[in-house]
Parts: sequence; structure tokens; C-alpha cells
Amino acid sequence: MHPVLKTVVQRLGLGLVTLFIVSIIIFAAIELLPGDFGEAVLGQAATEDTVAAFRRELGLDKPAVLRYVDWIAGAVQGDLGNSFSGRSSSGVDRSRPVVDLIGPRLWNTMFLASFTAVIAVPLALFLGISAALYRNSIYDRVVNAMTLTTISFPEFFVAYILILVLTSLWPIFPSLSNISPDADLLDRLYRSAMPALTLTLVIVAHMMRMTRAAIINLLASPYIQMARLSGASQREVILKHALPNAWAPIATVIAFNLAYLVVGVVVVEVVFVYPGVGQLMVDAVSSRDIPVVQACALIFAATYIILNLIADIIGIVTNPKLLHPK
Amino acid sequence: MNDILLDIKGLKIQGWSDEKWHPIIKGVDLTLRRGQVMGLIGESGAGKSTLGLAAMGFTQPGCQITDGSIVFDGVDLAKLSDAEKRKYWGNRMTYVAQSAAASFNPAHRLIDQTVASTVRFGISSEAEAKADARTLYGALNLPHADTIGDRYPHQVSGGQLQRVMTAMAMSPRPDLIIFDEPTTALDVTTQVEVLRAMRKIVEEFNTAAIYITHDLAVVAQMADVIKVLRYGQEVEEADTRTMLAAPKEDYTKSLWSVRALQKEERPKQDNILSVKNVSASYGKVPVLHNVSIDVPRGSTVSVVGESGSGKSTVARVITGLLPQRDGVVEYQGMSLPAKLNDRNKDQKKRIQMIYQMADTAMNPRQTVREIIGRPLEFYLGLTGRAKEERVRELLSMIELDDRFIDRLPSELSGGQKQRICIARALAAEPELIICDEVTSALDQIVQEGILKLLMRLQTELNLSYLFITHDISTVRAISDHVVVMQLGRVVEQGTKDAVFQPPHDPYTDLLLSSVPEMDPDWLTNLKLPELT
Repeated sequence: MHPVLKTVVQRLGLGLVTLFIVSIIIFAAIELLPGDFGEAVLGQAATEDTVAAFRRELGLDKPAVLRYVDWIAGAVQGDLGNSFSGRSSSGVDRSRPVVDLIGPRLWNTMFLASFTAVIAVPLALFLGISAALYRNSIYDRVVNAMTLTTISFPEFFVAYILILVLTSLWPIFPSLSNISPDADLLDRLYRSAMPALTLTLVIVAHMMRMTRAAIINLLASPYIQMARLSGASQREVILKHALPNAWAPIATVIAFNLAYLVVGVVVVEVVFVYPGVGQLMVDAVSSRDIPVVQACALIFAATYIILNLIADIIGIVTNPKLLHPK
Repeated sequence: MNDILLDIKGLKIQGWSDEKWHPIIKGVDLTLRRGQVMGLIGESGAGKSTLGLAAMGFTQPGCQITDGSIVFDGVDLAKLSDAEKRKYWGNRMTYVAQSAAASFNPAHRLIDQTVASTVRFGISSEAEAKADARTLYGALNLPHADTIGDRYPHQVSGGQLQRVMTAMAMSPRPDLIIFDEPTTALDVTTQVEVLRAMRKIVEEFNTAAIYITHDLAVVAQMADVIKVLRYGQEVEEADTRTMLAAPKEDYTKSLWSVRALQKEERPKQDNILSVKNVSASYGKVPVLHNVSIDVPRGSTVSVVGESGSGKSTVARVITGLLPQRDGVVEYQGMSLPAKLNDRNKDQKKRIQMIYQMADTAMNPRQTVREIIGRPLEFYLGLTGRAKEERVRELLSMIELDDRFIDRLPSELSGGQKQRICIARALAAEPELIICDEVTSALDQIVQEGILKLLMRLQTELNLSYLFITHDISTVRAISDHVVVMQLGRVVEQGTKDAVFQPPHDPYTDLLLSSVPEMDPDWLTNLKLPELT
């Protein structure tokens, strides 16, 4: 087996182990949440017997270990259980499977994340590389200052500024991103343009600055001077000699920001009323809808692990010392 | 006049550091004919690399040409823009750097890098250039000349990389090649191979070259004329034979004389340290095999070998940094605990160490007073006035005056830093000092000063030295006993005379005969012994 393939398989295995450990932590953390779903739904007035019966029905009276095993066994088969909400003390059960609840929301979140990534990643790479190319020029300074400015403001502030400019002063995009499930692609893009734009402004700076730094860091290498002395132009030096050696740190920071797009966008979702998974999780926490919270946390953890795994693999395949061992 | 390829007149270059401009080259003339090889020699800071790069019209970032002309084949490079100069670089003039390992891009295959500029300038097609590169690899005695170019830089050895870089420099068939200390980082046995290959190919294509080095014997093999530089100015220039036989200037003579350092015999005393049948390994990789070395009191034992021979590992075992797997280290007949942590203060005090890189061996935030004062306090319990006086005494022993006491390492020269390290070792009042390549990073004249100081201290304090080095001329200068190591084994040891007089072990023979001599015909006449 090629050593790179072996490393990738190893990393994949380690990723699964990490996910398993994270699932335990998620479960344990939720156990530690104060309050009780039964009491929260039934209210203070409910008798202890009613609460106990309700808990029994939900399976909350079983030992924690058993509940964990049930949950994780289901999760592995794609069954994340039923939501707690929709049940009431009267015994009417209108609860829905967690998968149905999260599914469309997750799809929305992924759509927004991909939309943003498609704009932000190439933009950040272009800005980072060109800033390195024209280092210390006016262009470099302007790009640095602008990206720093956008990252320095809180997300909701950037969002409201954009709303002011792009929906009030020049009404180009809608300020509400309430997407219906049957909207076509163009409509989706149109409606999610504002949150995507906001997120782009928020994440471009980090990726752009790391790209620039990773390249400039390499410019002091003897092989860069050697390339110059063999007649390579500045463009060739950056693109052919520095960039190929800079992919590993760049990939890491891109993975970090993409993960953020999936797991950290709740503020932007709220501002634009975007039906993403972040809002769902916040609502679930406040209503103590444990299966939903657990499922969201598990999905977020898996996102982090997968994206970092991809970054690691990019780091490996762009490193000739690992790709072509002695 | 058409014969003249490069004509530098009144060149001045300055560099920006410490918030002001400093002159680096202070008005140098240089004339090079087609096909001629000029050796540029001088100590570090003499400006030889700056001048070599300036011959291509190139200046390092932070440097600028302030005056003078660099006329290459009728065009003044000093007046051209970077974009115009780029048409010369990698085309009509090429560069061979000191560290080939760092100067190849790790991301590309060797052959692609070899032909990059040749193809860029349309000198030949990619296929032709690659075929030619393989021929050059063969001419440079590279193994597997047909396929070695498909490898990445990390997959071949340093000596091979240096030859690939020479092929790269030769690929566009330039008029001029700048060799910037191309063999300094190599072991002697590898250096001979590379020197031979470079000389052969320069002669074959009648390429003009500037060969920059601080090693006189090396330049004697390569150059037709030698120019000596000091403080950014020319000291003298003459053809190689004249320069070697009769240098005119005192400075040049002083460069020549370093190699004449000699040590007088010392009376034989009892063994202060005995390494007995020691084997050691890093993790599972064995590095020392059954090594035995005796160090008689008051004498210098040199451990000589190439990189990877395990000579520094011996020092790590003796000091307890790397506990041995097998065997014992005896100090005055008593076995020393293998681990440093198991040794008591007295055992630690008696063996001190001086390192190759004085820079990194000192805390940059501590003054000389603190650096030397710390072992005084730790080992001898000196404080206050007594400590202060002892620090001053030690400074005078290493021939530095009191002014240095408040300086930081960054305010010292390379030689002064190494002297402070010596004083720090002496502060513990040791009996044995392990010197690990202590002069390797220093210029020849500074080296001589440090070696003389060490010898004087030895006589005055009856110190014993275990002197680890790869430099045979240093070994000749200072040793009483010599230990030759190869691949973690001692291949030969004995008194200096016994080891340096034939018959030798075959490896010692190869090592000794690989050391360049100050004879311009040495390389031509050299027949290296075959290793079996």
C-alpha cells in the first residue's frame, strides 16, 4: 500500500475514534444540563407522578449508559430518534423524527456554506496571492486594511450595514432569507445572497492573510533566491516556487473557516431569518429538546473532523517528502 | 579586448542594518576573461559573496549598488532594470549556491529544475534540454544519470545535489558561472568528487567562473587567478601559482600561515577518561558500536570523522545526555552513571562542554557577567564580590578585557562569543573539556586565535581536551592522540604521529588523501585509495 494511502486510512480511523469520543462528551455534557424536559413541558403544577410517567414514556428513566448505547446504535444506522417537542401531557404525540427535523435545515445550511465558500475561498486565495505578489505596495496595504476592517466588526454589525446598503439604499437583495423548500436554485441564490455576502466578508480576511503570510514566509528561502537568479519573474517565483510549498498551511486555515460556515453562523441566520441548523439547535437547547441538540452537536463535530481530515490530506499530497519517500 | 567577459570598475555596495547604511563593497575592480576561473577568497564579512552576486548584477534584499559599473559582454548591468537583468540570469550567467539542499525547490523534480531556465529562454526545447541534462549528470559522475533527475531533492544526498546544481548551472551553456562556496557544507571525501566534477565540466565547455570560498587549498585546485578580499576591498590579485608561492601582502601571508600551527609534545600522564566498549542508539537505530577511547590527563584527543560517523554522539554519551546501551564511561577509574540526572554535582563539574554554535549555546538575554557567573555560583557557590572578581579573572584568561562584562552575546563577534563559551566552561574549574567542532563556524584567522588560546590554557591548567572535528588540519595542529571514526566505529586510533604516518587503515587513508593541499596540481595528480 502506498504510504500516503496508509496515512489517509490511518487518519480516517483516528477521525472515527475522535467522533466516538466526541459523542460521549456530547452525551455527558447534555446530561449535565440543568433542568428536566418533563418539568419544562408539563410546568411547575404537574404532579410528580405525571412527570415520572412522562419520563418513563420518553425513556428518560433508564440509566444513562443504556440511553447512550441506544442513541449511538441508532445514530450509526441513521436513526437519531424522535424529537421531544410536539408531545404534550395530554398524551397526544405529534413529535417528528429528528432526521426529518434537521434534514431540510441542514440542507439549507450546507447550501449557504457552499455558496459562501464558492465566493470566499477563490477570493481569499486571489487576494492573498496577489497581495504577496505586490508586497508592501498600495494594493497590498489596501487589501490588508479592508479585510482587517471587515473581520474586526461583529457579524451582526456587518450584516446590518449590508442591509442598509444593499436593501435600503440600493434595494438589490431581499433582507429576509426565508427560503421555502420548493424554491428553485436561482431563487435560493437570490434569497441567500445577503447572508452569503456577510459571511464572505467575515471569513475572507483570515484565509487571505494566512495565504499571504504562508507565501511570504517562503520568500526568504534560499531556493527562492535561486529561482530569481535563474531568471524567474516575480509571478513565476510566487506561483511556481512559493505556492506549491504553501498549500498545507493554507488548506488548514480554509478548513477551519469552512467548518465555521457550518457550525458558527447562528447570528447571521438570526439576522436574516435564514432557516439553518444553527437556529434549530439554539431553539432545541432552550426547549430542552435533547435528541435534536445531540444530533446537531454530532453533525457539527463530524463536519469539523471531516474538513480537518481533508486539510491534512491536502497537506500530505502536496508535500513531496511524504508523497515520494526516500 | 573582445576577450574580456566581465569588467567591474569601482564597484560600491552598501547594506541596510541597524537603521543605517553600511558599506559592504568599497570600490572593487574585477576583470574576467572568457574561459577564465577566478578564485575569490576572504573571511566572512569580506564581501566575497556580495561581490559574486554583484557580478550578476544581483543584490540581496536590503543591499544596493551605489557606484561603479558591471560591464558584462559590453552591457553595464548596474544600469539595467530587474526585468532586463532577468534576461541574463539563468541564461548567460548562472549561480551555484552553497547549500544545494536548501537551494532546490522541494516541490519539483530535479530535472525540471535543471532545465527550467534553459527552456524558459528558448535555448532548446524541453526534450532536448532534458536529454542534455542527463548527459551532464553522467559527465558529473552522478549515479543513475538517466533517472536521477526524476527524483525530488530530498531523495538524493548533499554531494549529489551539489553536482545536480552544477548541471543546472551548465544547462543553458552560460558564459559565466558563479560558484558560491559550493563545497563548504560537504564532507572532505564528497568534496573531492564534487570539485573534480565541477572542474572537469568548466574546462570542457570553456566557461568562465568566479569561485568563492574561504578555503585556500580548494581555490588552488579550481582557479587560474586568485583575488584576496578583506573588509570589502581587494588585498591583492595574482595568478594561482604566484599567489601560492609568493603572496605579497601580510594579510595574505597570515591566511597562508594558519595551517602551520604546531603543537609541542606533552609528557604522558594517567588516563583521566576511559570510554570502554560503549554502544549507543537513538531509539532503535544503533549509532555507536563498541567504541573505546582513552583520554590521558593534560592531553588533547581528537575525534575525527565525517557527518554520521557518531563523533558527536560520543560526546553525548560521555556527558550523560544520551545514556549508553552497553559499556562504561570511567572517570579517573570510577564508573560514571549513564544518565546525567544520576550524576552528582562534582561529577558534572569536572566535565564541561563547548559547542560549535556559540550563538545558540548562550542565552541571548544574558550579559557576559551572568553567563560566566552562573557556573561560578552553581558549582563553586561564589556570590557577590568574589564572583565578580572571578568573572574578571576568567575574562583576562580568555584575553578579553573588562569592557565586555556587561555586553550581550549579540554585541560580540563570532570569535569573542566562542571565547565567552570557553570562559563559561573554565568557570566550573573542570579537568576535561569536550570541544564539539568549536572552530568549524569560524574564519581561519579567528580559528587560529581560539586554538592557540585552548593550547595555552591546557599548559597553564593541565586541562584535557576531547576535540571533536571533521577538519584534518585542525587535528594536525592541536592533537596528541587521534581517533578516526566511521559509521559509529573507531577505525583507527593512536598518537598523532602513528595515525598520520602510513600504513593507515584504508578509511583513514581515504580521509587524509581527500584533504585538499595547497598545491595547484594536487587534484590533477590525486589518486584516491579504493575503499573495500
